[in-house]
Amino acid sequence: MVKELKAEVKKLNFYYGSLHALKEINLPIERRKVTALIGPSGCGKTTFLRCFNRMHDLYPHNRYEGEITLYPDNINIISPEIDPIEIRMQISMVFQKPNPFPKSIYENVAYGLRVRGVSKRAVLDEKVEKSLRGAALWDEVKDRLNHLAFDLSGGQQQRLCIARALATDPRILLFDEPTSALDPTATSKIEELIIQLKDEVTIIIVTHNMQQAARVSDYTAFMYLGEIVEYDKTDRIFTAPSNKLTEEYITGRFG
Amino acid sequence: MKRKLARKIKEGAIETTLFLSALSSVFITISIVVVLAYESFGFFKEVSIKEFFTGTQWTPLFANPKFGILPLISGTLLTTSIALIVALPLGLTVTVYLSEYAPHRVREVIKPILELLAAVPTVVYGYFALLFLTPILQKFIPDLSGFNALSPGIIMGIMIIPYVSSVSEDAMKAVPMHIREGSYAMGATKLQTAFKVVIPSAFSGIAAAFIIGISRAIGETMVVAIAAGGMPNLTANPLEPVQTLTAYIVQVSLGDAPHGTVEYKTIFAAGITLFFMTLGFNILGFWLRKRIREVY
Amino acid sequence: MQKSKSELQTEIKKRIAVIKFWDRVFLIIGLLSTLVGLVLLFTLMADLFVNGFPRLSYKFLSSFPSRFPEEAGILSAWAGSFLVLLVTALASIPLGIAAGIYLEEYARKNWLTDIIEINIANLAGVPSIVYGLLALGLFVYFFKFGESILTGGLALALLILPMVIMATREAIRAIPNSIREASYALGATKWQTVQSHIIPYSTGGILTGVIIGLSRAIGETAPIITVGALTFIAFLPTSPFSSEFPFISFKWLFDPFTVMPIQMFNWVSRPQQEFQLNAAAAGIVLMIMTLLMNGLAIYIRYRFRRKIKW
Repeated sequence: MVKELKAEVKKLNFYYGSLHALKEINLPIERRKVTALIGPSGCGKTTFLRCFNRMHDLYPHNRYEGEITLYPDNINIISPEIDPIEIRMQISMVFQKPNPFPKSIYENVAYGLRVRGVSKRAVLDEKVEKSLRGAALWDEVKDRLNHLAFDLSGGQQQRLCIARALATDPRILLFDEPTSALDPTATSKIEELIIQLKDEVTIIIVTHNMQQAARVSDYTAFMYLGEIVEYDKTDRIFTAPSNKLTEEYITGRFG
Repeated sequence: MKRKLARKIKEGAIETTLFLSALSSVFITISIVVVLAYESFGFFKEVSIKEFFTGTQWTPLFANPKFGILPLISGTLLTTSIALIVALPLGLTVTVYLSEYAPHRVREVIKPILELLAAVPTVVYGYFALLFLTPILQKFIPDLSGFNALSPGIIMGIMIIPYVSSVSEDAMKAVPMHIREGSYAMGATKLQTAFKVVIPSAFSGIAAAFIIGISRAIGETMVVAIAAGGMPNLTANPLEPVQTLTAYIVQVSLGDAPHGTVEYKTIFAAGITLFFMTLGFNILGFWLRKRIREVY
Repeated sequence: MQKSKSELQTEIKKRIAVIKFWDRVFLIIGLLSTLVGLVLLFTLMADLFVNGFPRLSYKFLSSFPSRFPEEAGILSAWAGSFLVLLVTALASIPLGIAAGIYLEEYARKNWLTDIIEINIANLAGVPSIVYGLLALGLFVYFFKFGESILTGGLALALLILPMVIMATREAIRAIPNSIREASYALGATKWQTVQSHIIPYSTGGILTGVIIGLSRAIGETAPIITVGALTFIAFLPTSPFSSEFPFISFKWLFDPFTVMPIQMFNWVSRPQQEFQLNAAAAGIVLMIMTLLMNGLAIYIRYRFRRKIKW
């Protein structure tokens, strides 16, 4: 099978003011696969993830160098000429802590479409149902779509945030430690969901939990001190890492 | 042993003194209620409550006095409404601009200057409304009388912007960053994030800000006493002169209203009406502000 | 029918152009709205200055009010304002700071504390003229202080008390708990901790709040009118110092008085234009007093913020 790339990171450097946070990163992102970013805290994995939808543009003094090319149209995601809003409309993100808006369940999912100016009820209805089904939440909430999102449990809220991200048909879906605030049952539901979703969308996930990376991802990149130490198929990384540092991290000797 | 006892007595005495100081604030409230109630009780012995609240004429200083408070209430509500029509959109826009748009440096400079608006003595605002704004407005609105509700209303509206914007900014700051990021990550602009996510999240705090603003406008005295005129007038027309509850109290206090006369007691009757109007808004505002802290 | 990728791209780009347009429109509206307040402040000062500056002179500051506008001055007004403010400061500062310390450091969480807290929040919202009515009923007629400097000063003290209490509490709350624990760990009593740590470290914040409160008091007109301050006073209060034993006299406390904002109000209300120029001149003096006090408060806040960093 020919590998198909969704995106490719080339010589990416990132600076918080004078702090050099990401150094010379190169990484392929395979289409419709799950790529996991692992590494000890502070290694830059979340910083790296937030480059993909230009979240760093929200704060002053942040600077990118290099390229993240999005295929097939060959756009450089981090180019200053490209509007961050254009990127964020195509690359969605699910955060560490569930962050639903203080709105109804329905309006939370419809938010991204409304931002884009969609207001036809029929279109919204259809998209909301499809996204909630996609996030395996439909059956639990279909009778109370106009309830406030805060009424849901933590795990349900996180699946609502996934539905919100799916509603706009993203080309890449970013997960930033999506289960770190959840209990084990809710965590395994989200993990199942991620595995299902990769049939439709390319996924990048940051996780501090190595078992989780092993369970859900196809490819894994191990990061340390702002650099990618090793990148390979997930089973290779976890069974036969080529780098000593990776091995020590995976076997739990540091991190 | 003796030293320990002495120390205990000293600590106890200090704590009691401090406690009494804190408790004194409660006595102030009680005194306000007692004084207002006592003096207006005398008033209501001579004027029926029904006449007071349903009469449409307020002429206590005339030979044939009428004691219907409605014209003063309508005057108060009219100037307050004008102030709110100015302060609501301006205050909200300023808050959104300062808390979501303005760069840190701009905010650091503009905020203290805006707060000066609340520091200007209100008698100066009254001067400005009467002698500067009214003549200018008269050029555009020929029907505007020299004393009117419009001009002091507008000035009061701008005057309360700092009160409104500082409380609503606190409320908007209390909305956690990760909620905003959720919106930005969907491709929303600052405007969309502010109006669709941040303001709804901070709603009760912003509502509290406006209620505090209403209460300020109702209690504001000098601007209306100087620029709105001294005529109790049951009207909703902002171009006409009106008299507010507060301006009436000033008018009587300036003249000679000997202790114990009905005129003297009317200012307490007007005062207690004013007190309960603002009390209602203050309690509502306090309750709403408390709710912000409970949401997140 | 599925739209092609490039069609979708152009659609997104169009939509972004629209929403970014409105974003920019709002930026301009926001900037303009902010300017409204600043422009008002500027115009107000310019107007006062243009009208009042020609009247400002040593003679204006050192003369009593008069029927003749060009001879009238603000001597009795600023002397009255100064003495009233002295009474206000002496009454409200100790009481307010003590109450603030109690609520932050001593108060237990119970219904009485809750009542005190709600009560202070409510007092802060009571219209100033209601304090005037309170002072009229309580100080003028019940305690028989008369329509005096003492009554005026106390009325304003009650008015700014909630501000002083809230400023004290905020300043104390900024002190980290580790400081208190360090003091207790050395065997200090509660009062020793408060006296040698809490009060010194919160001085900056308290001072800022007190000065802002006093600057508000100096501009207050309504409660002072209500307690019956006169609008025409052609003499000074009794001097607090005398050449005979016991050298200090408190008779001034019971003297009739007027204050700056009342003098200005009196001149604004006159139909003759010459008096309105006097009002503008008095307004300049009043604004300078207020701005100086606010400037001082900002300076103190800034200096203390730089000196102490937790």
